[in-house]
Amino acid sequence: MRWFNNKDTLYGFLVILPSLVLLGIFVYGFIFQTFYTSLTDWGKDPAQALAANPQIRFIGFENYRELFTGLVDSRFRQDLVNTFFFTVFFILGCLGVGLGLAIVLDRSPRGEGFFRTIFLFPMSLSFIVTGTIWRWMLQPEGGVNQLPTLVGLPKGEFAWLTSREQIWQVSWNDLPFITALVVSVVLIFIAIAAFRGGERRRGYIASGSAALLLLWAFTLGRTLQPLPYDEPHGFNLAFIGIILAAVWQMSGYTMALYLAGLRGIPEELREAARVDGASEWQLYQRVIFPLLAPITLSAMIILGHISLKIFDLIFAMAGPDNAPTDVPALLMYLTTFRANQIAKGAAIGMILLLLVAAVIVPYLYSQLKSEVRR
Amino acid sequence: MKKLFLSLAALALSTMGLAQSGKLEIFSWWAGDEGPALQALIDLYKKRYPNVEVVNATVTGGSGVNARAVLKTRMLGGDPPDSFQVHAGQELIGTWVVADRMEDLNALFNQEGWMTKFPKGLIDLISYKGKIYSVPVNIHRSNVMWYVPAKLREWGVQPPKTWAEFLTVCQTLKSKGLEAPLALGENWTQQHLWESVALGVLGAADYANLWSGKLRFNDPKAVAVWNTFGRVLDCANKDASGLSWQQAVDRVLEGRAAFNIMGDWAAGYMTTTKGLKPGEGFGWAPAPSTAGVFMMLSDSFGLPKGVKNRTNVLNWLRLLGSKEGQDTFNPLKGSIAARTDSDPSKYNAYLQSAMRDWKSNRIVGSLVHGAVAPESFMSQFGTVMEIYLSSRNAQAAANAAQAIATQVRLGQ
Repeated sequence: MRWFNNKDTLYGFLVILPSLVLLGIFVYGFIFQTFYTSLTDWGKDPAQALAANPQIRFIGFENYRELFTGLVDSRFRQDLVNTFFFTVFFILGCLGVGLGLAIVLDRSPRGEGFFRTIFLFPMSLSFIVTGTIWRWMLQPEGGVNQLPTLVGLPKGEFAWLTSREQIWQVSWNDLPFITALVVSVVLIFIAIAAFRGGERRRGYIASGSAALLLLWAFTLGRTLQPLPYDEPHGFNLAFIGIILAAVWQMSGYTMALYLAGLRGIPEELREAARVDGASEWQLYQRVIFPLLAPITLSAMIILGHISLKIFDLIFAMAGPDNAPTDVPALLMYLTTFRANQIAKGAAIGMILLLLVAAVIVPYLYSQLKSEVRR
Repeated sequence: MKKLFLSLAALALSTMGLAQSGKLEIFSWWAGDEGPALQALIDLYKKRYPNVEVVNATVTGGSGVNARAVLKTRMLGGDPPDSFQVHAGQELIGTWVVADRMEDLNALFNQEGWMTKFPKGLIDLISYKGKIYSVPVNIHRSNVMWYVPAKLREWGVQPPKTWAEFLTVCQTLKSKGLEAPLALGENWTQQHLWESVALGVLGAADYANLWSGKLRFNDPKAVAVWNTFGRVLDCANKDASGLSWQQAVDRVLEGRAAFNIMGDWAAGYMTTTKGLKPGEGFGWAPAPSTAGVFMMLSDSFGLPKGVKNRTNVLNWLRLLGSKEGQDTFNPLKGSIAARTDSDPSKYNAYLQSAMRDWKSNRIVGSLVHGAVAPESFMSQFGTVMEIYLSSRNAQAAANAAQAIATQVRLGQ
């Protein structure tokens, strides 16, 4: 027990012990319990779903299998696709609008402080408030749809939150194949970057796994069919309204991040680039944007985990029953508390946790690694 | 002598009431418009049992969407409210009775003589294996078609009696320039329309067989429901999903639509909020092809196992089932009494007509409002509706409905 000989270490350990215990029980304990619940049949038998002492049987990964390949769970699969498109457009929108606003404000126009506050203000609202405001504005008969009439055009007809139109449809059965393709393209890019940077070993590993994955995709991947029939899923146009509201709320935040980053770039660097004859566009392209890359990464992580677990905004904007704008978090609530399918709700929760972990863990890992290096 | 006897009886009653003390927690979703009706009942209870402290725990959200989630966490956490509101029928039975969380109330029903006061069709719907588990407070009717008589005269059409007639009338109105003769609202109102179509197409007996598992959803007869439903939907407004049920009713009142199928809380909305006179400002008829059948839904209260104030709850239930209690509550709520002996003079013209039908019609239960199918089926029926609305494939919707019915063991 040499470790405890150091008094400071002991005190330090004692001080963080309470929070360790609390975190252990209330975060990791419950994650484990949810995981266990998701492997049971809790809720399958109505007589046991809400009994005082329910008899619950262990059934392995049956709930997960049903979610991905069951006939009645097509809604969950569409929700996953919804989340994917929502995440992509939400992050792109916030980064684009945020960066644009930050660049404009960075040039210190008049009333900069005023506009900064205006742009940042939506972030201080809760998602429920944002959702309610935008719900009113996006009513089919009012708000945004009435805007064209101000300039004499016919009023808009788009059913913002309830449209059933779907574009970019893909059969669920093609997903394994498409995923493999996308991953191998990413791997090929990594390989090219590695060869260019002189990291040969890394390059070989990346290109080798890309080749393997492609081989699998074109042979076995084509025959892997989760469903016995084609089930099209795509981007629900009803989500455009949700994306608008979410970008409106969070782009001020990315603007603040970028503004801080821009202000952190020393004036000397810009001067030096200008002296070297760089045009204004080259200055941004070659000097400023590369220096903002870490900020972009942080913003993507933060926005990404918000969009994956989004619940309140959509609950307030469209209600939990509006299927065109459904996401897994809402479905989890409905499955657990309305349909009493507690184990299946837990399974959806675990899938959400995995998705968020896939975004967060690599980020934390790289952050910790760089801190240790320091 | 008679007076003395009466006052003695009153004294005995009041001392009995005084003897009761403790608490009574009533859990419901009657917060907004329905608040005064619940308050009237609570006041009546307090008058009888002044020493009992009544805790009125309400969770807002129409049809109990939020209250039910709160109730489940409380029940799972071992903290049941003394008595909670629940839709009578399978919403109570499929969730709480099968889980062995409720006490049966047969003794109370016999003691109060309620077995003959409530219609047999209702007793059947709220019983499970021969036992009754809740006291129905009110009755709403689901299969009602609303219209404005003056407008129909203007267009020269009669309220259709069957769905076939409805589709003809719909074509006539469309040719007269009415874009969407049927006003429809957000998703649950679409399911509400579906149950009226199903009842009309199948008839009362087969409709009931659907819920007892005797008629399968993928039977050709049940698939036909979806086909008719699709043709009826073609008569409805395209922006339905964005409208609340009130906005859908408004469309009819404004003359932008001719008909609306909605439960009879719509009558309450039109008389109270819109100030219209039943029969003049608005008219009603049973939903097409459903004349002579009363599709009912009902709010009820029961006795959870293991409550702390059992006697107080039994007194509360006694009040709810009594003629006085029901006639206090229902005129304010805009519904009719579940008892068949209530006093018609307290109700408006629409409700009086509903009371006559309640006594004479065949009674079936509503799907959307919890009477005939357990929550596990009901909440996933939305997915079935989605499959139909996005694909317009009757067979696919019917297959999905049967898959869910099998999964939740409907009718077993």
